[in-house]
Amino acid sequence: MTNMTMIEAIRDAMRCELERDPTVMVFGEDVGHVGGVFRATEGLQKQFGATRVFDTPLAESGIGGLAVGLGVQGFRPVAEIQFIGFIFETMDQICSQAARMRYRSGGRYSAPIVFRTPFGGGVKAPELHGDSLEGLMVQTPGMKVVIPSNPYDAKGLLISAIRDDDPVFYMEHLKLYRSFRAEVPDEPYTVPIGVAGVVREGSDVTLITYGAMVHTAVQAADELQRTRGASVEVIDLRTVMPLDIETLVTSVKKTHRAIVVQEAQRTAGVAAEVIAQVTEEAILHLEAPIMRITAPDTVMAFGQIEEEWLPSVARIVAGLVHVLDF
Amino acid sequence: MEAQHAAGSWTEALWRRCYETVVRARTYDEMAHVLQRSGKVAFHVSGIGQETAQAAAACALNTETDLFFPYYRDYAFMIALGMSVDELMLSLFLKAADPNSGGRQMVGHFGCKRLRVFTGSSPVATQIPHAVGAAYAARLRGEEAVAFVSFGEGSSNQGDFHEGCNFAGVHQLPVIFFCQNNRYAISVPERWQVAGRIVDRAHGYGFTGVRVDGNDAFAVYDAVRTARDRARAGEGPTLIEAMVYRIQPHSTADNDLLYRTREEIEQHRARDGCSAMRAYGIEAGMWSMAQEDALRAQCAHALKQAIEYAERAPYADASTLCDHIVAEGGQR
Ligand SMILES: Cc1ncc(C[n+]2csc(CCOP(=O)(O)OP(=O)(O)O)c2C)c(N)n1
Ligand SMILES: [Mg+2]
Repeated sequence: MTNMTMIEAIRDAMRCELERDPTVMVFGEDVGHVGGVFRATEGLQKQFGATRVFDTPLAESGIGGLAVGLGVQGFRPVAEIQFIGFIFETMDQICSQAARMRYRSGGRYSAPIVFRTPFGGGVKAPELHGDSLEGLMVQTPGMKVVIPSNPYDAKGLLISAIRDDDPVFYMEHLKLYRSFRAEVPDEPYTVPIGVAGVVREGSDVTLITYGAMVHTAVQAADELQRTRGASVEVIDLRTVMPLDIETLVTSVKKTHRAIVVQEAQRTAGVAAEVIAQVTEEAILHLEAPIMRITAPDTVMAFGQIEEEWLPSVARIVAGLVHVLDF
Repeated sequence: MEAQHAAGSWTEALWRRCYETVVRARTYDEMAHVLQRSGKVAFHVSGIGQETAQAAAACALNTETDLFFPYYRDYAFMIALGMSVDELMLSLFLKAADPNSGGRQMVGHFGCKRLRVFTGSSPVATQIPHAVGAAYAARLRGEEAVAFVSFGEGSSNQGDFHEGCNFAGVHQLPVIFFCQNNRYAISVPERWQVAGRIVDRAHGYGFTGVRVDGNDAFAVYDAVRTARDRARAGEGPTLIEAMVYRIQPHSTADNDLLYRTREEIEQHRARDGCSAMRAYGIEAGMWSMAQEDALRAQCAHALKQAIEYAERAPYADASTLCDHIVAEGGQR
C-alpha cells in the first residue's frame, strides 16, 4: 500500500501495465520527456524507453489514428489527449474509427485503445479545458466511458481499461488530480468497468453521481443528515457507459427517491439517461420524480463565475429536499 | 528563397512605429509576468522573443483593409494594429470589459471587431482555415483585403493547417500564412515535430514559401510586403516561416528547464531583435538613449494606469452566463 494522489495512481496503473504487457504503449503531446503537462506519465519514458513512451507531434487526429493503427496490429495504446477540448480534433478517429472497428470488421479487428484526457470544472480551467464531454462519448456505440473519483478506483479502472479488448475513454478530473491522497495497493489490480460503487449506504433517498461531484454529493449528504436526519445513499457511477443499472435500481427500490448530479450541461446527458433507465425499471417504486442537478445548457462557464455554474452543495441539498418533501 | 535585407526602404516613421511597438509589447509582457508571479493574475503566455517579427509583419499590412487571425503570442501584432495596453490588461485580468472575449476565454485569445481581428480559440490551428474562408469571402465581394494568419510551428502539424493551405492554393486566395517558428511546442522541440522544413510545405500546396530571420525586422517586413503584393495581384497565398525563439517558458505554468538549457536560452537572448533594432536606430541617427528612456518611462506609466484600471474593472456578472449562446430573440 502507498498513499497516493489520483494522478500518482494513474501513473502507477500505466507503469504496472507497461511492465506486465509488452504491447502496451503510452504516447501523446508532451507525455514522453517531461511526462505530460500534468506529469501523469512522469518517469515512464525513462523506465520503459522512448519506443514505448513517446512525444507525438502536435496533431490529435494523428494521435488517434496512430492508436487505431497500432491497435489493429495487436498493440494496446494508451493515448493522451492533452485537454478534453482537443478531442474535437480527433473525433473521427475516436468515435467513428476506433469505436466502430470491431463492428465494421465483423469482429476481425479491434482497437483496444485507452484515450486518457483531463477534464472538469472547479479549478478555473477555461472553456475547452474544463468541459465535461462524456455525453458525446456515451452516444458513441463501441466506446466505454470511465470516470474515476478517487485514487483507488483510478488505478483499478485504468488497468481494466488497458486490458479491455475495446476502446475506453478514460476521463481524469482536474480537481481530483492532487486534491487528496488515499491508500492504493502497489501491485496491479482491477476495478471492473460497468460496476458502480455505493459510496455511502442510506435509506431515504439515492444520490447518483460521478467524478468530482461524488465529493460534493457526500458533503450534501452530510448536511442533510445534520439538518434533518435524512439518510442519503450516495452512488458513484464510476463508469458512465455502460451504466450499472442494477445497482441503481436496487438502491431506488429501497429508498423510493433519487436525484442525479452531473457537472455537464443539462440536456441529453448522463443524468437524463440514468433517469430514463431507472424510470423504465422501477417507476412503480418511485415516490417522487427523479431530479437532475446539472450545469445549465451553456458553454462551460468562465472562471470568475464557474462556482455559480457548477452544481453546488446548496443546490444538491435543495434537490434532495425537493424529492424528500414531494 | 531567402528574403533580402531591405533596410534602405524604411522611413524613420516606419522604423519608429515598429520599434515602439516592440518595446510596448516587451514591457507589457514583462509586467504580465510580474503580475502573475505576485498572484494578481492567474496565467500569462509570453510572446517575448517574437515581438520583432510580429511588429514588422503588422507594419507591412494594411490595417484598414486586411483581415487578421493572430495567435496567443501576438501581443506586438495586436499593439501594432491598435489594441491598447488598457485593453490587454483587461484581458489579462479577465474582466468584463475585455474587448477580446469579456473574460470568457484564456488570455491571448484575441478577437476585436474594431481592429478587423477575428475571434480565435484554444485549439491551435483552427484559425487557419478561418483565414482562408475569410479571404474567399473578400474575393467574392471584390474587396481589397488580404487575410493574415499566424500560428506556431507545432501547430503547423494539425490537419487544419494542411487543409487550409490546400484550399488557398487551389483557389489562389489572398492569404499570408505566418508561421512563428519558436523552436518548441511546449516541451517538444522542432526536431520531433517536423522532419523537413516547414517553409518547404508551401511548394506541396502550389504556392511560395519564404523563410526569414524573425529577429530581422527589415527581412520580415519585406517578406510580408512582397507576400501582400502577390496576394493583391491575384497570385495567391504565401507561407512565411519566421525563425524566432521562445525566450520564456511555454506559459507561467511551464518549467522549461526540464527540456532545454539556460545556455541555449541565453544564446538566443543575445540575438534579440529588439536590441538589434534599437542599435540600428541609434546607428542611423533616428534614435537616442534619451528617447529610449522617454519611451520606457511612457510605457511604465501607461502600464501602471492600465493595471489600476483593470484591477478596478468588474468581472462579468453571473447573469451574463446565458448571453450570446444564440441570437437574442432566436429560438432555444
Ligand atoms: C488542438 C490543440 N491541441 C493541444 C493544445 C495544447 N497546446 C497549447 S499551446 C501548445 C503548443 C503549441 O506549439 P506551437 O504551435 O509551436 O506554438 P508556440 O506555443 O510554440 O508558440 C499545445 C500543445 C491546443 N491548444 N490545441
Ligand atoms: Mg512553437
